[in-house]
Amino acid sequence: MVDITPADAVPPAEVAEMELYHPHSWWTKYVFSQDAKVIAIQYSATATAIGLVALVLSWLMRLQLGFPGTFDFISPEAYYQFITMHGMIMVIYLLTALFLGGFGNYLIPLMVGARDMVFPYVNMLSYWIYLLAVLVLASSFFAPGGPTGAGWTLYPPQAIMTGTPGGQDWGIILMLVSLILFIIGFTMGGLNYVVTVLQARTRGMTLMRLPLTVWGIFTATVMALLAFPALFVACVMMLFDRALGTSFFMPAIVEMGEQLQHGGGSPILFQHLFWFFGHPEVYIVALPAFGIVSDLISTHARKNIFGYRMMVWAIVGIGALSFVVWAHHMYVSGMHPYFGFFFATTTLIIAVPTAIKVYNWVLTLWRGDIHLTVPMLFALAFIVTFVNGGLTGLFLGNVVVDVPLSDTMFVVAHFHMVMGVAPILVIFGAIYHWYPKVTGRMLNEAMGQFHFWVTFLGAYLIFFPMHYIGLMGVPRRYHELTATTVMTESAHDLNAFISIMAFLVGFAQIVFLFNLIWSIRHGREAGGNPWRATTLEWQTPETPPAHGNFGKELPIVYRWAYDYSVPGAKEDFIPQNMPGAFGSSREPA
Amino acid sequence: MSVILVFLLVIVGFAGWWLSHQRLMAKPWLEQGVIGDIIGQEGSALPTAKIGLGVFLAVVGCLFALFTSAYFMRMALSDWQALPLPRVLWFNTGVLVLSSIALQCASVAARRGQIDTVRLGLVTAGLTALAFLIGQLVAWRELTADGYLLTANPANSFFYLITGMHGLHILGGLVGLSRTTAGAWNGARPERLRLSVELCAMYWNFLLFVWLAIFALLAGWAATFIEICRQLLT
Repeated sequence: MVDITPADAVPPAEVAEMELYHPHSWWTKYVFSQDAKVIAIQYSATATAIGLVALVLSWLMRLQLGFPGTFDFISPEAYYQFITMHGMIMVIYLLTALFLGGFGNYLIPLMVGARDMVFPYVNMLSYWIYLLAVLVLASSFFAPGGPTGAGWTLYPPQAIMTGTPGGQDWGIILMLVSLILFIIGFTMGGLNYVVTVLQARTRGMTLMRLPLTVWGIFTATVMALLAFPALFVACVMMLFDRALGTSFFMPAIVEMGEQLQHGGGSPILFQHLFWFFGHPEVYIVALPAFGIVSDLISTHARKNIFGYRMMVWAIVGIGALSFVVWAHHMYVSGMHPYFGFFFATTTLIIAVPTAIKVYNWVLTLWRGDIHLTVPMLFALAFIVTFVNGGLTGLFLGNVVVDVPLSDTMFVVAHFHMVMGVAPILVIFGAIYHWYPKVTGRMLNEAMGQFHFWVTFLGAYLIFFPMHYIGLMGVPRRYHELTATTVMTESAHDLNAFISIMAFLVGFAQIVFLFNLIWSIRHGREAGGNPWRATTLEWQTPETPPAHGNFGKELPIVYRWAYDYSVPGAKEDFIPQNMPGAFGSSREPA
Repeated sequence: MSVILVFLLVIVGFAGWWLSHQRLMAKPWLEQGVIGDIIGQEGSALPTAKIGLGVFLAVVGCLFALFTSAYFMRMALSDWQALPLPRVLWFNTGVLVLSSIALQCASVAARRGQIDTVRLGLVTAGLTALAFLIGQLVAWRELTADGYLLTANPANSFFYLITGMHGLHILGGLVGLSRTTAGAWNGARPERLRLSVELCAMYWNFLLFVWLAIFALLAGWAATFIEICRQLLT
């Protein structure tokens, strides 16, 4: 046993105090707030609301796919509009906004020991521009001609032509404007997240003592700041093509027997720009999930994270590599074989740091004191799901496998597993984990267990069969497939089964939403640190944290974020701001 | 996409250099106590606002690098017809250089506490930047008058698009500059004024650099330069 030596003699925190903006009225406290915690909740609520719209859209698609010919109101045009809006909302307006705007805003200042983001006013603007982007997007449902049906990738020339829903109406214009607004808003928020991590860390919080959640969100934000401009450029140029008649992307083309005024443009140019954003986007969503899941596993298995340095290097490595793999989304667009070879190679290389992370999560669990709490269940489910989705990713990364599979449901199943289900599971886990800090009360455990099992098993029942019908050759993007050779009787039955499961899983989310609202009043009192975690957000004097986060003095950090089950220590966790030599977790006394 | 990749390589190099000073090889599980200030890890000594602007300029640089990439890719297609550059662009370039110099002088004066020179520099910079914008509009009018319309050729489309984007960034900078100028007259605290003048100067120098790059691009020198590089490499 080690004696607990008195605190090292350290002067009080010398990090310069921020000039905090103090709200004077109800409006500036809860609506036009500059407090990152309020902005985080605003971001999360808006993202969830628009995400529910996307959930309903997916039901409508499944209605059509599972029971073709039954529902007259789902015309081919409507079906394409549902696909497009579902994809765009889920990827950008839900996942990106929730991980970076929601969790980033709430957790970064608390976890690095800052009073707030460094540019609170810009941070507030970021949310309001995001809300405007969401409203513009939602307004396209009510515009003449409805929203765009160009597919979430918005490939020209079809995206701005008459045959595509919204192509010559308001749909595509509203979509492009909304994306441009989103990117402007995101850049404002992103500057805050990056500079706060760089400049506002409290005393003793070195980069290598940051919780992996912060590393994940930080790296993802840097990537997003560099990748979103590509989407911005693509959107602006397409807007020019559509509204002003330029020919950046539009080739010479005959539409309804009439020669259009466009000519000479390159649709491939758009694809390069789009996927230069689009592939990093996968990791912009995945890296925060990686970081959060590392913290959940370490906390709920009461064990230090295995290979912390490796985890940090892997996050940074994945971030850098993800910028040189974009063209693997374009194998079917036709390219030089060497080009395809290069991108297949980089795609497979990115599996190495990713696999390191998976091994490290599993090794963290190894002989840990695993508590099967709801957040832990979601974290475990994430590992399984991510491995599943990642493995099919290795298939599709190869040109020869991708070309025949690219237009089938196999790809739909793959990216839903890896980019849909997996990050959403982390989001749920993270909400169950941090809800007590946000509200002061625990979410109901029984409802949580029900929510987890229905969501986890249901997601597999939806997407596993989808791999099979994809391998059978059932193509994606079709409104209706009846008597064709690939669409056998059994494939039809599977499709109906998938649709029923999609409804069940969707409805189970109502339990979750009810739990979120019910527990604000009726949940069990959580106390300041219900999970007995080490990181700074659990050490705030008040729960929920007050304006300014840390009371009179900023905390001082004495150790890394993963001192769990340290031999010789009184408790099985040592908070980061606890001074004294408890002995380190690798050197038992 | 080679231009944006080169740009990102520079960013990655910078990030790698910075990370290499952050003790990524540390073993945090073995280290206790307050080690931050010993090794100087408490964030940089630069003011936070400057770092924020630096990150923002990296994003803006990325944006223009992407436009450049798109420009080169579109240029390789057969329907491209370069347009003659209006003479007034040379004048505009000179005016923008003046604007940058004026801000640089204001920034030096702010460091020495000469408030009159600061005011003079800020106003000169604002007026010359406005003159630059007007000059750009004149260039647009000349081109349209000569029949080089936006939709006539992709070279024209890119000309209007890229100069327009750059002009919008100058316009945004003018908002910041006017706030700084107002502060210089209304007695802002000296250190605060100095910081905002320095921020303006930084932004102006960057936009001048971007303009020179764009000018080289639109004049066709950039393409020649890249062609020479390519021949040297192969």
